[in-house]
Amino acid sequence: MHLLVCIKQVPDSGQIRVHPVTNTIMRQGVPTIINPYDLFALEAALELRDQFGGEVTVLTMGPPSAEDSLRKALTFGADRAVLLTDRFFAGADTLATTYALATAIRRISSEFGAPDIVFTGKQTIDGDTAQVGPGIAKRLGLFQLTYVGKISALDLHARTIDVERRSEGGVQLLRTRLPCLVTMLEATNQIRRGAMADALRAARATILKWSAQQAGVDDISQCGLRGSPTVVKRVFAPAARNEKATMIEPDEQPAEALINAIFRCRPALEIELAALARGY
Amino acid sequence: MNTASEIGASPSSRAAAKKQLSDRFKTYKHVWVFIEQERGQVHSVSWELMGVGRKLADKLKVDLAAVVIGQEGEASQAAATESFCYGADLVYMVADDLLKDYRNESYIKALTKLVNSYKPEILLLGATTLGRDLAGSVATTLRTGLTADCTELDVDADGSLAATRPTFGGSLLCTIYTLNYRPQMATVRPRVMPVPERCARPIGRIITLPLGLVEDDIVTKVLSFLPDRDSARSNLAYADVVVAGGLGLGSSENFRLVRRLADVLGAEFGCSRPLVQKGWVTSDRQIGQTGKTIRPKLYIAAGISGAIQHRVGVDGADLIVAINTERNAPIFEFSHLGIVEDAIRLLPILTEAFRARLSPHSRDRIAG
Ligand SMILES: Cc1cc2nc3c(=O)[nH]c(=O)nc-3n(C[C@H](O)[C@H](O)[C@H](O)COP(=O)(O)OP(=O)(O)OC[C@H]3O[C@@H](n4cnc5c(N)ncnc54)[C@H](O)[C@@H]3O)c2cc1C
Repeated sequence: MHLLVCIKQVPDSGQIRVHPVTNTIMRQGVPTIINPYDLFALEAALELRDQFGGEVTVLTMGPPSAEDSLRKALTFGADRAVLLTDRFFAGADTLATTYALATAIRRISSEFGAPDIVFTGKQTIDGDTAQVGPGIAKRLGLFQLTYVGKISALDLHARTIDVERRSEGGVQLLRTRLPCLVTMLEATNQIRRGAMADALRAARATILKWSAQQAGVDDISQCGLRGSPTVVKRVFAPAARNEKATMIEPDEQPAEALINAIFRCRPALEIELAALARGY
Repeated sequence: MNTASEIGASPSSRAAAKKQLSDRFKTYKHVWVFIEQERGQVHSVSWELMGVGRKLADKLKVDLAAVVIGQEGEASQAAATESFCYGADLVYMVADDLLKDYRNESYIKALTKLVNSYKPEILLLGATTLGRDLAGSVATTLRTGLTADCTELDVDADGSLAATRPTFGGSLLCTIYTLNYRPQMATVRPRVMPVPERCARPIGRIITLPLGLVEDDIVTKVLSFLPDRDSARSNLAYADVVVAGGLGLGSSENFRLVRRLADVLGAEFGCSRPLVQKGWVTSDRQIGQTGKTIRPKLYIAAGISGAIQHRVGVDGADLIVAINTERNAPIFEFSHLGIVEDAIRLLPILTEAFRARLSPHSRDRIAG
């Protein structure tokens, strides 16, 4: 079985600071990590491989430094890593990203066999769009299973897969055919620590690095900024609220002081709360 | 979505960002809102979108249409009728028993068919599990732009949709255009936009289109559906009062103090992200960028620092009250009322004080 996992190297956005004057991102020293949801996807793929045999390929599109994330994925136990890197890819929005990734997946298919399942995380923590998975599925004509919490069955003979998919009001149990694309939810599984042997192998492994041309891109105008229908016009910091909080100075009776202040601000709340309250 | 790379976009790329709409797109008119149904229930994000959709349509002086896709019968009819009450000028509908459950394959077919037949200029969907699944597929099929999780939508002087969304984990906002492709697509998370006022309106024009599929055409099957038990999952996004706790509470034991106050107030309880990561609270209680957006009348945050990722989830609250030991905590920058206090000490006495204040006895006092 061939399992392919798309990962993305993202800035650890919890550590991003915005320059107070210029409103630009201060990136210096901001560490990068593998998008956390992609790790759940990787873990799901590795578990299937452990159970059914086969290989796991990890694929990323990014700057040359994204190699670090691929090597990390190899230490977790992935078998092969492909880095799609080219200045033509710069500035890609989701549509252009899915074009590049789908192209690379076709090349991977012709070289190493078509993947039975393509995995992605449910979304990235920098873009947050949750669109890349569905976009790749559409471009490759794969059945699509998003927000998957659990793969409950896989039948390689019948070529079917059953999953639990989170929806707004519950969990759908879906069955579809392979090949398919799965986007994984958080906290579905414990992420493994790589074995020592994998760490040694990863350190020595060659990472395949493909330019747009090597990946088989036939229409460069669909890549990067040029291939992106969306255009970022303006970037700005969220407006600061005009006034700071009115501070309640804690006195003997801070709770009463706070409650009085709340009802002074919003008199109607007292009646509404009295109606809501279960405290009697 | 564009992120890092464009922000320092070169002048040449900026020059390319001019509106050069090709002739075939000039016939695209009207604003559409996808009305999301799950098991016969309309998701309220759809009505929230109708509010902003109406504003956009009025500015553009075009019609606002609701798109109803679902099972044939009463529920879809009712969804259409409701759409008129929330401001739709007309409804496009694909109703078929194959659309009973959401499945990507059949829903893409229905929505792309409608778009290709009736050509909307703007198409809005909720950023729900259904909406995001569908929007990504449809935008790729139509090869158009899609801006996810917008917090503000407007049309600018030349009639383009200006879609504003958080970027870099919420630390910045960016405004995104889809200048040269149609429709311009955007998703908006539940509770970011207010629900417009509902008015009784006579039913208007409904344009229907057949789905044109049989069950065998759809590979994906729904084996079963396990609804969340009402009690188990929170109604956080729609609660009028929310009490939340953060890492400042120190332990999962102490989180009970939050639940107790919430109980006394008849409120829902929520938390910041680290508490979910530590396993103190389940993920459906997380408030913020990667959790829920809330719009309560009263939000009480205890031991929460007020990181930007948390803030974006609570900005719509009417009154934000913060309890934090640190006078310089960022939460005091955007809360309305603040108190510098140990939450572990204050929460129990606050709970008791509220209980006393809101008891029937004192209610008589209010009424009298
Ligand atoms: C991509 C991304 C997405 C994220 N999404 C979310 C999200 O959706 N929601 C979210 O909440 N966070 C999110 N975060 C995390 C966010 O950046 C913060 O780390 C988090 O909100 C901090 O939680 P906290 O305020 O509870 O903890 P801390 O930052 O540790 O703050 C604890 C606060 O409690 C105060 N305190 C300590 N002791 C007491 C006491 N006894 N009484 C009262 N106050 C006390 C401290 O002064 C401090 O202000 C996200 C981060 C990233 C990178």
